[in-house]
Amino acid sequence: MKKLSARRRHPLAAVVVLLLALAATGGLYAAFAPAGKAQADETAQSLAIDEGKKLYTVGCASCHGTGGQGTTDGPSLVGVGSAAVDFQVGTGRMPAQQPGAQVPKKPVIYTQAEIDQLAAYVASLGAGPITPTDKQVDPAGADVAKGGELFRNNCAQCHNFTGKGGALTKGKYAPDLEGVSPKHIYEAMQTGPQSMPSFPDTTMPEQEKKDIIAYIQTVNGSESASPGGLALGGLGPVSEGLFAWIFGLGALVAVAIWVAAHTAKAKKS
Amino acid sequence: MSTATTNPPADQAGQRKAPAGERVADWADGRLGIYGLAKANMRKIFPDHWSFMLGEVALYSFIIIILTGVYLTLFFQPSMTEVVYHGPYEPMQGIRMSEAYASTLKISFEVRGGLLVRQIHHWGALIFLAAMFVHMCRVFFTGAFRKPREVNWVFGFLLFVLGMFTGFTGYSLPDDLLSGTGVRFTQGAILSVPIVGTYISMFLFGGEFPGHDFVARFYSIHILLLPGIMLGLLVAHLILVFYHKHTQFAGPGRTNKNVVGMPLLPVYMAKAGGFFFLVFGIIAIISAIATINPIWALGPYRPDQVSTGAQPDWYMGFAEGLVRVMPGWEINFWGHTLNLGVFIPLVLFGLVLSLPAVYPFVESWITGDKREHHILDRPRNAPTRTALGVAWITAYFIGLVGGGNDLWATHFHLSLNAISWFVRIFFFAGPVIAFIVTKRICLGLQRRDRDKVLHGRETGIIKRLPHGEFVEIHEPLSPGQLHTLTAHEQYKPVELGPEVDENGVKRKISPVQKLRAKLSKGYYGENNQIAKPTAEEYKEISEGHGHH
Repeated sequence: MKKLSARRRHPLAAVVVLLLALAATGGLYAAFAPAGKAQADETAQSLAIDEGKKLYTVGCASCHGTGGQGTTDGPSLVGVGSAAVDFQVGTGRMPAQQPGAQVPKKPVIYTQAEIDQLAAYVASLGAGPITPTDKQVDPAGADVAKGGELFRNNCAQCHNFTGKGGALTKGKYAPDLEGVSPKHIYEAMQTGPQSMPSFPDTTMPEQEKKDIIAYIQTVNGSESASPGGLALGGLGPVSEGLFAWIFGLGALVAVAIWVAAHTAKAKKS
Repeated sequence: MSTATTNPPADQAGQRKAPAGERVADWADGRLGIYGLAKANMRKIFPDHWSFMLGEVALYSFIIIILTGVYLTLFFQPSMTEVVYHGPYEPMQGIRMSEAYASTLKISFEVRGGLLVRQIHHWGALIFLAAMFVHMCRVFFTGAFRKPREVNWVFGFLLFVLGMFTGFTGYSLPDDLLSGTGVRFTQGAILSVPIVGTYISMFLFGGEFPGHDFVARFYSIHILLLPGIMLGLLVAHLILVFYHKHTQFAGPGRTNKNVVGMPLLPVYMAKAGGFFFLVFGIIAIISAIATINPIWALGPYRPDQVSTGAQPDWYMGFAEGLVRVMPGWEINFWGHTLNLGVFIPLVLFGLVLSLPAVYPFVESWITGDKREHHILDRPRNAPTRTALGVAWITAYFIGLVGGGNDLWATHFHLSLNAISWFVRIFFFAGPVIAFIVTKRICLGLQRRDRDKVLHGRETGIIKRLPHGEFVEIHEPLSPGQLHTLTAHEQYKPVELGPEVDENGVKRKISPVQKLRAKLSKGYYGENNQIAKPTAEEYKEISEGHGHH
């Protein structure tokens, strides 16, 4: 003890203590960590990540890279979050069929369980927007009128007054929102897929997103009311003009021909 | 009653009392002097052809628009005062809007029959303009605008242009997001006019856009100023139709000096009256089954909001297209910004639109024809005119494609930029191609007519001759058909005359005369019309070898 005590003020003493501490921590970690890992393997989350990684390797890795780091054919998925995966795969946009101006929505090829596994894997690559719960996207009780105002302020520029969609540059487009589920609308706002800007909760709180979803469902759903009769696609004066020319003027010309063909005949004597 | 008391002997003497209709007519004639007018016009003859009824469609839809418009004025509030909506339409609850927009919502959802009348008014307007368009096409392609009808053609043209602006001021009244965007577009076009643009804009809107005045001002223009002028022009148009007599297609017994057809009373009164109700009925049916301008879905106008797919009604689509595809050129001239990206389309719009108005005068200058024409041309027999008309329509249609470029892009999966380039190129190239193609078709049809006259109609019956030859039997046309196919006149191109006069001095020929001769050649030169068969040719063939 005397030897130790005599050298306790040695210049290297601090270094020795540090090394000992590190060795102790490392030793303890080495002793306990494998046991901890074995326990974690049994949670659903890790299983989902594992399963998701398998699905990812088969269906996504060719474009997004083996570790989600991205390639020249597809962007990096680190930090896009589970909401982005749920939207892109859940609407059939991913896996993409072919490169082009924009990836269109297609029939969904994964089950929701598989989509969740993929989402879990991609979410494990880095933090990002999380798939919303059913309660978060439920438009019940939301303010439709306010949603309409928000929609005209933030969405109508590309998606048209009632979400019928519109053209963007060079073959890109903002799709029609009819029949898009509340969850996918919510996720699109949250993550900003393709050309769309993102509207995170910091700029557009959850309640406003619900208002917008309620508005879209009111004016552009399968059961939306059209008090004036046929909506003609809801596309405005172009379809109205076509209708007026083809059916309006067409019918009137047909009637004119009919009237002219039935002229007064001279009386037979 | 009084006649019975003051003049009983006459009655009793067995003098029959005149029928009620006659007495009413006598009463009216004694005060209005209508007998002479009625006598001159009641038996006026009108020819029969379905295309002569297109103008009637325009007339009747105009009347329908006026009637429904009156109903709408009873409920519309032309005011931009801001109110908060508390009506029955759920998605607008609590939204701030102008009284104009709120009252249009009220017309649509609360006024009895309001939505139907609004839709009849708007559908009627689209059909009114479309009917005027096809009516003008009919008049143009049959040459009905020639002397003495040039002025009436200009009246009709003015009716179309005024109709466009009445329509524009009308659909801007509800102050919804779509029409407000259109008004902003128009204000931008006004601003692009050098020097006076800013002043006109400030004057029209009573200050900076949008201000608080434009709905009330557009309202006065829409319901009073423009329809008033149009009504005056319309009456003048109809008086001139009566005065000139109606044109007719060539046919046996029809000359430049008569009209073959039916009298106004009773035949055309009955036909026209019935046709009015048919037009009203068709517009009403369309309005009952199809929405037009659902302003409740568009939201109130706010200058900070805009939607994609914002187009004007079809008759303004041409202007929209020109602006959409024009490159955004902007230059600085002597310290002033010139927004050519908007100003050039504005000028082009005016130029292209006014071409039809001056055409009759240009054509009569080129042909030098100062005679009256009451027999219509078949379009094929005036190939250059027909081709020019089709070229104009092509440019107009290409402009419309540009106006709806976003919908073409989304519905046909095309690139918006590609469509813009298509319109930029084919606004110029399209009319040229259309001109050439139309002219070829017209000349082909003329050749076919010539063939039909000389060789008769192909019957499709094949005959085998004794020596084994097969021939198709051609049936000669009736004299009436022969007349109809050869009645048109064929002009000779204007000649400049000899280059030197009788003294051998070179004559002075003005460049204007040279231009006229060149244009005349383009109309009636060698390859621009097929010589119609002469009686000699016909005789030679029909008598020479019987079948052919």
